Amino acid sequence: MRKILTLLALGLSMLTTSFAITTNAAAWEPNKPIDFIIMAGKGGGADKMARLMQGIVESEGLANRPLVPTNKSGGSGAEALLAANSATDPDHTIMVTLNSFYTTPLRQPGLGIDILTFAPVARMAEDTFLLWVHKDSGITSFEQWLKVVKKEGKNWVMGGTGSNSEDNIITDFLNENFDLKIKYIPYKGGGAVAKDVAGKQINSSVNNPSEALGFYKSGDMVPLVAFTDERLPMFPEVPTLKEKGANFSYFMQRSVVGAPGMSADAQAYYTNLFEKVYASAGWQEYKSKKSLMGDLMSGNELSAYWEKQRGNHESILRASGAIK
Amino acid sequence: MEIVSALFDGIYVALEPVNLGLAIIGVVVGLFVGAMPGLGSVNGVAILLPFTFVIQNFTGGATSPMIFLAAVYYGAMYGGAISSIALGIPGASTAVATTFDGRPLALKGKAHVALMTAAIASFVGATVANILFTGFAPVLASVALNFGNPEIFALMLLAFATFAGLGGDDFPKTIFSICFGLALSAVGFDIISGEPRLIFFDIQGFSHGIRFLVLAIGIYGIGEMLWTINASKNKTTMTSVEINFQSMTAALLRFKEALKGTTIGSFLGFFIGILPAAGATPASLMGYGITKMASRNPEQFGKGALDGVAAPEAANNSASTGAMLPMMTLGIPGSPTTAVLLAGMVIWGLDPGPLLFSEQPDFVWPLIGSFYVSNLVALIVNLAFIPIFLWMLRMPFTILSPIIFVLSLVGTYAAYMNMFDVWLMVLVGFGGFFMRMLDYPVAPAVLAIVLGPIAEPALRQTLMQYETFTIFFTRPIAAPITIAAIILILLPGLKFLLKKINK
Amino acid sequence: MRRAEIITALILGLFSLYFMWKSGEPPSWNPDVGRFNNIGFDDSGTPGGGFWPFWLGMIMFGCCLWIGVNWFLKKSPASKSTEPFLDEFGKKNLFAVSFGLLSFLILIHVIGFYGAILVFLIYYIRFVGRHSWSATLGISLAIPILGFFFFDVAMRIVLPKGYSEPLFIPLYDLFL
Repeated sequence: MRKILTLLALGLSMLTTSFAITTNAAAWEPNKPIDFIIMAGKGGGADKMARLMQGIVESEGLANRPLVPTNKSGGSGAEALLAANSATDPDHTIMVTLNSFYTTPLRQPGLGIDILTFAPVARMAEDTFLLWVHKDSGITSFEQWLKVVKKEGKNWVMGGTGSNSEDNIITDFLNENFDLKIKYIPYKGGGAVAKDVAGKQINSSVNNPSEALGFYKSGDMVPLVAFTDERLPMFPEVPTLKEKGANFSYFMQRSVVGAPGMSADAQAYYTNLFEKVYASAGWQEYKSKKSLMGDLMSGNELSAYWEKQRGNHESILRASGAIK
Repeated sequence: MEIVSALFDGIYVALEPVNLGLAIIGVVVGLFVGAMPGLGSVNGVAILLPFTFVIQNFTGGATSPMIFLAAVYYGAMYGGAISSIALGIPGASTAVATTFDGRPLALKGKAHVALMTAAIASFVGATVANILFTGFAPVLASVALNFGNPEIFALMLLAFATFAGLGGDDFPKTIFSICFGLALSAVGFDIISGEPRLIFFDIQGFSHGIRFLVLAIGIYGIGEMLWTINASKNKTTMTSVEINFQSMTAALLRFKEALKGTTIGSFLGFFIGILPAAGATPASLMGYGITKMASRNPEQFGKGALDGVAAPEAANNSASTGAMLPMMTLGIPGSPTTAVLLAGMVIWGLDPGPLLFSEQPDFVWPLIGSFYVSNLVALIVNLAFIPIFLWMLRMPFTILSPIIFVLSLVGTYAAYMNMFDVWLMVLVGFGGFFMRMLDYPVAPAVLAIVLGPIAEPALRQTLMQYETFTIFFTRPIAAPITIAAIILILLPGLKFLLKKINK
Repeated sequence: MRRAEIITALILGLFSLYFMWKSGEPPSWNPDVGRFNNIGFDDSGTPGGGFWPFWLGMIMFGCCLWIGVNWFLKKSPASKSTEPFLDEFGKKNLFAVSFGLLSFLILIHVIGFYGAILVFLIYYIRFVGRHSWSATLGISLAIPILGFFFFDVAMRIVLPKGYSEPLFIPLYDLFL
């Protein structure tokens, strides 16, 4: 039995080397299905986007091997980070990330993840945040909101996705800078938060436009302020927080990263692939329809962006006592 | 009347050759995906989503792709019953309750009766749900909106109450099993505090939690299989089924024994299905539990009662249709599968939400029409395939059992794409074998791991927001549910006390 | 059987204790928080992250004690039984299956799913089930091949290949 195994192993290793020789000549292309890790659960914002990208690659025939999506949402993205970090074949492993890419390694130092070792493939967009209330609350402006929330004290309830996450960070900022005592309730997903605002179970939320759009169009939910640098084209009448005198804006990255140890050739291939996805009509339409911002970013520029964002998040989390 | 004519127009579109063809293909694919242990409707829909972009390139519009996915969804829901009954492994959480009576029936050589009953009950459940959906969708959407965290927790409490009776005779072992499942469901990540917790021995594989299928496939695919081999000494355990026209029609006629379960399951399933976050699993459990309570011979349950097969199957199919309601009218998925469907709708360029019905009727009505069509197609396809699945059962046991082991390992991997889960599944299987030998009831643990992750956050979110337990008794919808659950939980104890007093 | 009952209860009891101890663990980024700080209600009356698992662990431990008492009083069927937990056949069989499954799992890491399925099926059908070689090989070859077309090709669920990966590259070329 052992003899057979050694023989088999020998044969296999010979095969590998011969393949390595034949494929070296041309530009790098994947020769097996690409592991496409999604750092979020099925059905969330990141998942929708990842599946849209996969759909565009598939329907326009952009890649010669399929992208095989796998949702790894465990431990607020820790599962995905670990899987990518220990990928046996980094050239065929890419991952869709969001801001937990910065916060999870900070909050769970035991994981031993350094995000700068990941290959910067492409930043596809930045998602935006707005402050929402129910129309029956009668609140129509940010100033009015501040007045009501101040009066309500800790009875004002804000829902958001997860703890120490994007939504939590924004709520903390509001509490600190406007002297409020909003109570923050963590939910599992943004859809459930929007539903509970529309159903008047909670008072307000800081949903992404894509999560609240349906209830906005039906008139149930009203946006009061945007946490962006400039007004959003979709909500021209909604002021930004900067106009209201607070120097604060916050975005969620929607990026594709390569597993640590990915070769430069493979990275170039994927950057090129996602540039094509970015330029496609399907992606551009989705971006404008869901009020996403941010242009394509890749390579060193993206690494530098990560480094800066990680620094920002580190100081935010430290200030709120979520890390030491 | 307007609704009826819109519906008929919709059915007419769904019957166009392209759409009907897609529905048939979708149902067949879904049936096989659902029958694979490990793969359920959520995998089927997620995996086939990219294929719908190809369909969209040909047909344009969102109607045909959605019809295809809805057909896969239906097919998989029907298919789930097949692995529950024929192999004894629930392929998805929605089909756990189907094993309770489906498996004993199969062991008695009545697999064809069980499969037949499951198929018809599924059809009735889905049809009832379709009619309710068509008539009352906009009204019911507001019910879903009024369902907040206190109501969700109350509902979970009621689900627990209905299955507290599922345990064995050994009281401490039953309680242990329930708590064991609930406790394991807490492993991994705590969304409320945002901290990892219970990472056993600091092995990172536990960070994504102990997932339902790891427990279910381990216990049923490995544990029960080992137990069966041990008990049967490798002799065939199943009386083989005569497959001919006569036995099939006889099986068909026995459906009248399952009318009560089907009725309870169909209506209950729909109303639980439309509630966000609940989905088809609690629906099938409660369908089973309540049918057992309402039955004149509850002692037959767990030994092969047809009502016990029909109730969870009617309920899970009905709930699956019900779960489409909050997805389409609110843009809120009620289950993981509808979450993927929702993602698909967004990608095809639709905006599910409160305005979908008024703004995109060209999409909505053909889709609803296709629910009716797919459901009928699913029934016919399923009935046609029953002999093939029965043929599998006639294999010698020493061939069938290694194939089940292989399916268990491959299925677990396919569900989570993670080798750690496969190892853990086998380990759970051996643990399950020992527990089975010593009469620890395993079903409560498997069900608790599904309900735990819904119940715990709902409880903590409620207490965080309202800071008092009395909220469960003061909210108009939560209060009656909570009180009903408490009465059901206390009922066995009260009966026991009454007996003592009478003595 | 009687001995198995108490040993299992003991193991499950120890597990419950470990579970309770683990529930009280402080977060990894902040070791200054004391153990068991999170198992009660916080200031706002909300249960902490360890509340649910800790008290469930406590109930589980209580159940194990109860099972122990029942064992001592010979109240449960298993604690009355004088039969061995596993008879000769049971032991042999459990060994044969666990050996097979364990090798299966290890082989997946070495030669991938499809190779491991082939080896496991040959082992089980031929050496445990004692079926003919033709039946053995027929089934053992058919299942991995069907599996490849179902999972890798049709469903696009790419199963791990281990060191047999290079063998599949030409197949990917053809079918994917």
